[in-house]
Amino acid sequence: MRTLLVWMAGGLASAALTPIALANGWNMPVGVTAVSRDIYSLHMIIFWICVVIGVIVFGAMFYSLFRYRHSRGAKAATFHEHTSVEVIWTAIPLLILVGMAVPATATLKNMYDTSEADLDIMVTGQQWRWRYEYLGEEVAFTSNLGTPREQISGADEKGEHYLLEVDEPLVLPVGQKVRLLLTSDDVIHSWWVPDLAVKQDAIPGFVNENWVRIEEPGIYRGQCAELCGKDHAFMPVVVEAVEQERFDEWLVERKEAAAQEAQGVDREWGMDELMERGEQVYGSVCASCHQPDGTGNPPAFPALAGNQALLDEPERHISTVIDGVSGSAMPAFRNTLNAVEIAAVVTYERNAWGNESGDSVQPSEIAELLEQDE
Amino acid sequence: MASTLPPKPTPEHSTATAGGMAEAGHARPRGLMRWLLTTNHKEIGSLYLIFSLTMFFIGGIFALVVRAELFQPGLQLVQPEFFNQMTTMHGLIMVFGAIMPAFVGLANWMVPLQIGAPDMALPRLNNFSFWLLPVAFTLLLSTLLMPGGGPNFGWTFYAPLSTTYAPPSTTFFILSLHIAGISSILGAINIIATILNLRAPGMRMMDMPLFVWTWLITAFLLIAVMPVLAGVITMMLMDINFGTSFFNAAGGGDPVLFQHLFWFFGHPEVYIMILPAFGIVSAIIPTFSRKRLFGYASMVYATAAIAILSFLVWAHHMFVVGLPLVAELFFMYTTMLIAVPTGVKVFNWVATMFRGSISFEPPMLFALAFVVQFTVGGFSGLMLAISPADFQYHDTYFVVAHFHYVLVPGALFAILAGAYYWLPKWTGHYPHLRLSQWHFWLSVIGVNLTFFPMHFSGLAGMPRRIPDYALQFADFNVASSLGAFLFGASQLLFVLVIIKCVRGGEKAPAKAWEGAEDLEWSVPSPAPLHTFETPPDFHPHRQH
Repeated sequence: MRTLLVWMAGGLASAALTPIALANGWNMPVGVTAVSRDIYSLHMIIFWICVVIGVIVFGAMFYSLFRYRHSRGAKAATFHEHTSVEVIWTAIPLLILVGMAVPATATLKNMYDTSEADLDIMVTGQQWRWRYEYLGEEVAFTSNLGTPREQISGADEKGEHYLLEVDEPLVLPVGQKVRLLLTSDDVIHSWWVPDLAVKQDAIPGFVNENWVRIEEPGIYRGQCAELCGKDHAFMPVVVEAVEQERFDEWLVERKEAAAQEAQGVDREWGMDELMERGEQVYGSVCASCHQPDGTGNPPAFPALAGNQALLDEPERHISTVIDGVSGSAMPAFRNTLNAVEIAAVVTYERNAWGNESGDSVQPSEIAELLEQDE
Repeated sequence: MASTLPPKPTPEHSTATAGGMAEAGHARPRGLMRWLLTTNHKEIGSLYLIFSLTMFFIGGIFALVVRAELFQPGLQLVQPEFFNQMTTMHGLIMVFGAIMPAFVGLANWMVPLQIGAPDMALPRLNNFSFWLLPVAFTLLLSTLLMPGGGPNFGWTFYAPLSTTYAPPSTTFFILSLHIAGISSILGAINIIATILNLRAPGMRMMDMPLFVWTWLITAFLLIAVMPVLAGVITMMLMDINFGTSFFNAAGGGDPVLFQHLFWFFGHPEVYIMILPAFGIVSAIIPTFSRKRLFGYASMVYATAAIAILSFLVWAHHMFVVGLPLVAELFFMYTTMLIAVPTGVKVFNWVATMFRGSISFEPPMLFALAFVVQFTVGGFSGLMLAISPADFQYHDTYFVVAHFHYVLVPGALFAILAGAYYWLPKWTGHYPHLRLSQWHFWLSVIGVNLTFFPMHFSGLAGMPRRIPDYALQFADFNVASSLGAFLFGASQLLFVLVIIKCVRGGEKAPAKAWEGAEDLEWSVPSPAPLHTFETPPDFHPHRQH
């Protein structure tokens, strides 16, 4: 009897908890696109169907447990089949499912319609960052985790957007149909922003398509959703949705910045400049595997500090950064970093943490190498 | 075929004698050799159960490392590399080392007793299939000590993370999985041979207890899909060591092919871990409701329907990999269909209780909790079937909540229910009542405190398999971690219950539970080493 009362109390408590479950931060976000709202409503419909079925089934079960207790002298009936009842409780769920499948099919068809996009973005997953390329606009950049390591280790207090902040967000115009073309340079990643209801795997060798039409300006945060190795937790997605005019301005700014950077290739860079830029690039691109202090994580990620082979063979060092090492986790940075960045990071690696080669690599040399290979 | 091989074992021809350890005057090996050489289904069943309990604690410790790290945001206890090894090993050990061997152990003990057979049909094979397991899992665990660490790519080991980008120990992981797979296939062949050939005279298929039925179907699933797993890991082995490119896009391979192959194994595998649970619960609920199981025939058909559907739903694990629309729709519809036979089962259990005469002994408590909690897992499964919504649920803690509800408060609770139900038969003593009740209640509280908040953290946007998370998920994770430690600690009570039960306690008669009907309750408690050496007189009480 006591046992039963506890069961009943438990059932009531979970029923009472249901409204709380619908409060903000406990449920799927409604989001800011038509698709995200459709998905949210499908989610809520199926949720309430489950609640109703649960109340009926568990209600009948707890009623039986309470009413037909052996301790109360209940005598068991002898029935053990009832064809019409069994047919009914097979047929009714079937009908509910058909009713559920209709709106789900419609939503899915809409989600798969990637035609007639206003803007195409190539999204490339890399261990462990995202690269965005505005196709036809000649604007491309990588987006790295913006949270400082000190916050992760607990040395500093964690900020409001801990692990959900990046150095450069993906900027998108509101009201436009943006087609996302997703692929990966290494393992499978998954690009996910809950408020946009877009989750799509980025798979090496495949180009997946999805699309989004954001309705409200704002900053929308998400994460990689597919286990992609060590720093899977540390490759967030941040989308900044802005009005069309602001977006056009931003594109122009980006193009100018790229042009300026391109000019940097031709001039002679000083050691200090290269080291400063190199440290920055190293921190955002290399440090997650080779560690901030260059000690690496052997055997997968070799140490760079005190690496004699690296110091002895500058050409091989450069070609490793440009073309990667096939069959290993070292990616090719040919399309990810520009000539200035490659020159700077190689210089930095050859002169930091007690590596005292003293040599520097000029962006012009790298630019030449990149052109030769093309 | 069965009619040409009548089950008429006599002491001279009994399989036990053939194994060289019955009453024929041979000296019975003692100590370690007794267990290494045993061909007795009860002893092998016990070995399986003890092995599975050991693995359950090892896998549980791995889970607690994960939960301890996730107690708070930030990296406190372990680094991401090790964290990934812990999540991976937890999954592998629990699936292949704890849940599956526990069911095989229960089958070894109970299938011959429930069908009136003297032993398993192939006793030496039985010995071999058990002893492969310690080899497989020692090898698997040893990878943690190898350079570069153990498997760190999740228990689903998606390529190319598990091939090109995997630690060097992956080859050992593949070998250990091959060995465990051979063990499963051999075990399944044995169970099918036993059920089809060794039933007591007069016991038709539709007279078999549901645990036997569900295991028969499960065994066919195992034979069908374990070779697919063997194939896919062999392809990995080739990619890693012999320069092939099955899953390497740079060599013209296809990483998505891996997922199709894996889940063609993986989804039936999920049902391999739940169908025998249905069988256990279908034995316990009638016993403690003192009423025959409602809809026996529909239970059998529902089990078969679930098994067949399990081959047609695999790509619902892959809704966001970029399947064509038609495939997406097909797998959504077939997945939704599974709710129908599963619903039939739950309705039948409730109808069995309706107008019964119900008492709440420990096995019944666990079985009732199974029905409720498994149904919760079924509901979230139905939600996940809705493909558009799955674009939000996929790879989040909502999925973690779903499959843990099916596997822990589901399958594991059914295993615990079965253990409490049959402990009197195994040991001759009832489990200690108070301790059992404490174990039950602490487990129920712990398991729900662990897994229920995961629904919320998943819906709020927390991806799975991350060692560190954004601040808005912190409260859910505190609850889950506290629950996990409570649940883990309360399983020590289970060990205590077993030890006490083996050593003594209230004596159990042959028919340990008032409402129990199946054949195992006709042999003494504890069951002697050899039972049904002459076939029992079986009178079906089910009139179909």
